[in-house]
Amino acid sequence: MIRRTMLFMPGNNPGMLQNAGILGADSIILDLEDAVYISEKDSARILVKNAIKEIDFYNSEIVVRINPISTEFGYKDIEEIASVKPDAIMVPKATEDDIIQVDRIMTNIEKSKDFKEGSIKIFPLIETAYGIENIYSIIKSSERVVGVLLGGEDLTADLGIKRTKAGDEIYYARSRVASASKACNIDAIDTPFTDIDDIEGLLDDVKKAKSIGMTGKAAINPRQIDIIHDVFAPSEDEIKYAIRVKEAYDKAKAEGKGVFSLDGKMVDAPVINRANKILDRAYSAGIIKRCI
Amino acid sequence: MDIKKPARAGTMESNDIYIMITPNQGLGINIELESIAFKQFGNQIKKVILETLNNLDIKDAHIVAKDRGALDFTIKSRVETAVYRAL
Amino acid sequence: MKNSLGREIPEYIEGYGDVMPYRGVYSGKDIVRVGVNTKRVSNYDTKVLGSIKKAIIECGIKDGMTISFHHHLRNGDYVLNMVMKEIADLGIKNINIAASSIFLIHEPLIKYIKEGVVTGIYTNYMSGPVADAISNGILKNPVIMQTHGGRARAIEEGNLHIDVAFIAAPSADSCGNINGVCGRAACGSLGYAIPDAMYADKVVAVTDNLVPYPACPIEISQEYVDYVVPVDSIGNPEGIASGTTEVTKNPVGLRIAKMTADFIKYSGILKDGFSFQTGAGGTSLAVAKYIKEIMEKEKIVGSFASGGITGIIVDMFHEGLFKSLFDVQCFDNKAIESYKSDKAHMGMGASMYGNPHNKGSVADNLDVMILGATQIDTDFNVNVTTNSSGIIMGGSGGHSDTAAGAKLSIVVTQLYKGRLPIVVDKVNTVTTPGDTIDALVTERGIAINPKRQDLIERFASLDTNLPIVTNIEELKNIAERITGIPEEIEFDDKIVAAVEYRDKTVIDVVRKPI
Repeated sequence: MIRRTMLFMPGNNPGMLQNAGILGADSIILDLEDAVYISEKDSARILVKNAIKEIDFYNSEIVVRINPISTEFGYKDIEEIASVKPDAIMVPKATEDDIIQVDRIMTNIEKSKDFKEGSIKIFPLIETAYGIENIYSIIKSSERVVGVLLGGEDLTADLGIKRTKAGDEIYYARSRVASASKACNIDAIDTPFTDIDDIEGLLDDVKKAKSIGMTGKAAINPRQIDIIHDVFAPSEDEIKYAIRVKEAYDKAKAEGKGVFSLDGKMVDAPVINRANKILDRAYSAGIIKRCI
Repeated sequence: MDIKKPARAGTMESNDIYIMITPNQGLGINIELESIAFKQFGNQIKKVILETLNNLDIKDAHIVAKDRGALDFTIKSRVETAVYRAL
Repeated sequence: MKNSLGREIPEYIEGYGDVMPYRGVYSGKDIVRVGVNTKRVSNYDTKVLGSIKKAIIECGIKDGMTISFHHHLRNGDYVLNMVMKEIADLGIKNINIAASSIFLIHEPLIKYIKEGVVTGIYTNYMSGPVADAISNGILKNPVIMQTHGGRARAIEEGNLHIDVAFIAAPSADSCGNINGVCGRAACGSLGYAIPDAMYADKVVAVTDNLVPYPACPIEISQEYVDYVVPVDSIGNPEGIASGTTEVTKNPVGLRIAKMTADFIKYSGILKDGFSFQTGAGGTSLAVAKYIKEIMEKEKIVGSFASGGITGIIVDMFHEGLFKSLFDVQCFDNKAIESYKSDKAHMGMGASMYGNPHNKGSVADNLDVMILGATQIDTDFNVNVTTNSSGIIMGGSGGHSDTAAGAKLSIVVTQLYKGRLPIVVDKVNTVTTPGDTIDALVTERGIAINPKRQDLIERFASLDTNLPIVTNIEELKNIAERITGIPEEIEFDDKIVAAVEYRDKTVIDVVRKPI
C-alpha cells in the first residue's frame, strides 16, 4: 500500500472524524494522545471506537495513535480499539518493550475475536534519542511493524535543542530513520511541518525529506495533502521507464521466458517490484490510468 | 448498573452533542432534548440515547441533551462516556 | 392543481391573484416593454428636495402604492428603513415594497408589516428576522419571490408597476445623475436599480454625497430621475462591502471545490474564450481559486467573468485570465476599486444580467455557472428559498437565471450539513427547475443530470478518478446512510410566499411550517 501522507485527526472531534475519509490522505491517524485533553481521554477513546465501527473511511488506512503504553490510558486504548480492528496502531515514544507488549496484547485480542493473526499492524513513533539510536531493534521487535513515523517536535525536546523550519537539527534523525526503514523494507514517514500557512516552506520540507529517503510524510492539516502527494509522485521519466519494464515483463511472460533484459541490463524481481510500485504511485497520483 | 453521580460528556461544537446525566432513582429514563435538527431527527436522537442506555443496563437516569447535528455514532459515544463517568 | 414539476399549487391565491403554473423553462412569449410618463424639467427648476418626507409628498405616495428599493448597499443599507419610517409617520398604509433583496438591517420592516403600513412585498432574496417573521405569516399578502432577471422582466412588461423608486445614490448631482463609485457609501455597480430607474413613475435619488453638476461617471442618467434628496448617510460602509471576501478554509469545502474545477476541466468547456460566474460564498470562491490555477497552468485566456464580483475574480481579471468583467454588484473593496478604474470591468443592469425576455442577457452567454443549494432533489430541482425546516432564508437572486442560461450549470454543496441531508426526495421549495441543472458535486460523489447524456458518455470514456455516481439517488442514499432518514416537515395551508419563475409562472409556493 502507498503511504505518501498520514493525516493526524484529533480523536475527540466528531465533525472532523466523520469527514476524514474524503480528504484524500493515504492514511488517517486518529489521535488519542497529544490532540486530546487529559480529562477527555475516555471520551476520545469511545468516540474513535465507534467511529471505526460506523464511519466509511473509503480507501484510507485507519491508524490509531494510542497513549503511551506505560500510562493507564494506553493500555485501555489498545484493548478497546484493537477489538474494532483498525488497520494499525501507532505507539508513541516507542521502545522495544513497548512494541513487544503491544504485539502480545494484540495477538490475544485477535485470537479472542477470531481476527486473522497479525492483521493489525504497528507504527512505532520514533521521537526520543533512545528511539533514534535503537530504531533497528525497535522495528525488529514485531512482525507487525510496517512503517515508522519520525516525531521531530518531541525528539528535539528530548535532545534539548531548537526545532526549526529548515530542519538541519533533524538531518541525522531523518537519515537514520530512512536507512533503518529501508534495511527492514518498511515505510519511513517524515515528521509533520507545523506551519500550515507556509506553503513554500512545506514544499521545501517535503522535497528535503524525499531526497534523504523518506517515503511519506505526516500531515497535520488537510491542506497539506495535495502538496505532499505532488512531491512524492514519481517523475515522468520514472513512469516511462516503469511502463517499459512492465511491457517487457508482460511480453517475456507471454513468450514463456523467465528472465529478460531491457536496455542491455537484466531485469530481475527487485526491478520489476520497483516498477510496479512506481506505477501504483502514479495511478494513486492520478497521473496514469489503470489499464497499464 | 446504577449511576451514582452527575456527569457530562460531549461539547456544543458543530456535529457534537452535549450530554448531562443525573441519577433518577426509581423513576426510569427521562430525556430533555434540544436539537438544531429537532423536527427532522428529534425522535431518532431520543431512540439512540435510549438504546445506548439499555445496552449499558441503565434503568434510571435523567438526561439533558443539547444536540448540534451529531450523527448516531457520536450520540452513542457521548452517552456511553457520560454513563461511565457517572458510575 | 399541479404544475409541470408536480408541485401542488392553488389556481388562485388570496392576496396574489390567478396563478399561472410553471410549464417549462422557455414556455413564455416575447414581451412588449411598457411606456413611462415623463415630465419636462427646465433650466430653472430644481430637483433637490430638503427631506425624504418632502419627496414622499411631492411624489404623491398614497395607500396601496408600490415603492421600490435595491440592494447594492446590501446589509449596510439605511435608505429602505429611512423611507419606510417617513411613510409610516405620514399615516400611509397598505404599501407594496418591491425590494430586490432584504437583509438583517431591514428588521424595522417587521413593525411596519405588523402595523399594516406594508401589506405586500416583492423580493428576490431575503434573510434574517424579516424572512423569519414572514415565514410565520405576519405579512397580509403572500410575498412574491422573483429572480433578478424575472423582476427586470416584470418591471419592463408592466407586471410589476412601480409608483416610486427610491435609489440609494453614493454620488449624485442636482439633476439626478447617479454613480456608485464615489462617496463614503461607494458600492460599485448599481445594476439592480437600473430597470426601476427606467420604468418607475417617479424616481427619487437619496444621496449622502451631492456633487457639483455634472457627476462623473454617470451610471443612472438624469433623464430618469425626478428628485434628489441629500441626507446625512445612506449606508454603513462596513455593511456595504466586506473588506475582502474569503475562500473557505473548510477542508470539505476545498475538496468539493477542487473536484468541481477538475470536473469543469474534463468536461472540455475550459478553453480560450471561457466565460464563468460563481457566487460569493466560501466554497464557490474556492472553485474560482482552483479554476484560476488550471487556467494559469494551461495558459487559457477567458472572455468574461460575471455576476456579483469579488476580489478573487478581479485577481483573475488583472492576471489576464479574463478579458472583461460584467458586474451587477460589487461584493468587496477590491471589486469596487476595479470597477471604478478599469474600462473592461463593465457594469450590467438586472435586465442585461438575466431577463429572459429581452434581446439576450449575459446569463445566456455563460459557459459555466457555479450554484449553491439548501436542498436538491432526485429530479435535480434546487431549493435556495427555504431551509430544511421550510423557513425562508434566501431566494433565487440570480440562481434560476444563470442556471437556465449557462451551458454548464453545476450545483456545489456538501452532501449533508449538521445532520440534515442536502440531497432529498423532494425539496421543501423548488426555486430552480432540475431541467436547468447539469451536475451536482458533493464531497462523496458527482451526479450528472440524465438529460446530459453527452456529459455522461464523455466522463465514462475518460477515466478521470472523479467519483461520478450512476445516478443522483445513490447520493441521496449515501446521505441517508450517514444521517438517517429525516422525518418530514409538516405545513399549514396558509401560503406565505409565491415563488415565481423568470417568466412569471408560479414554480412553487411556500406554506407556513407547523
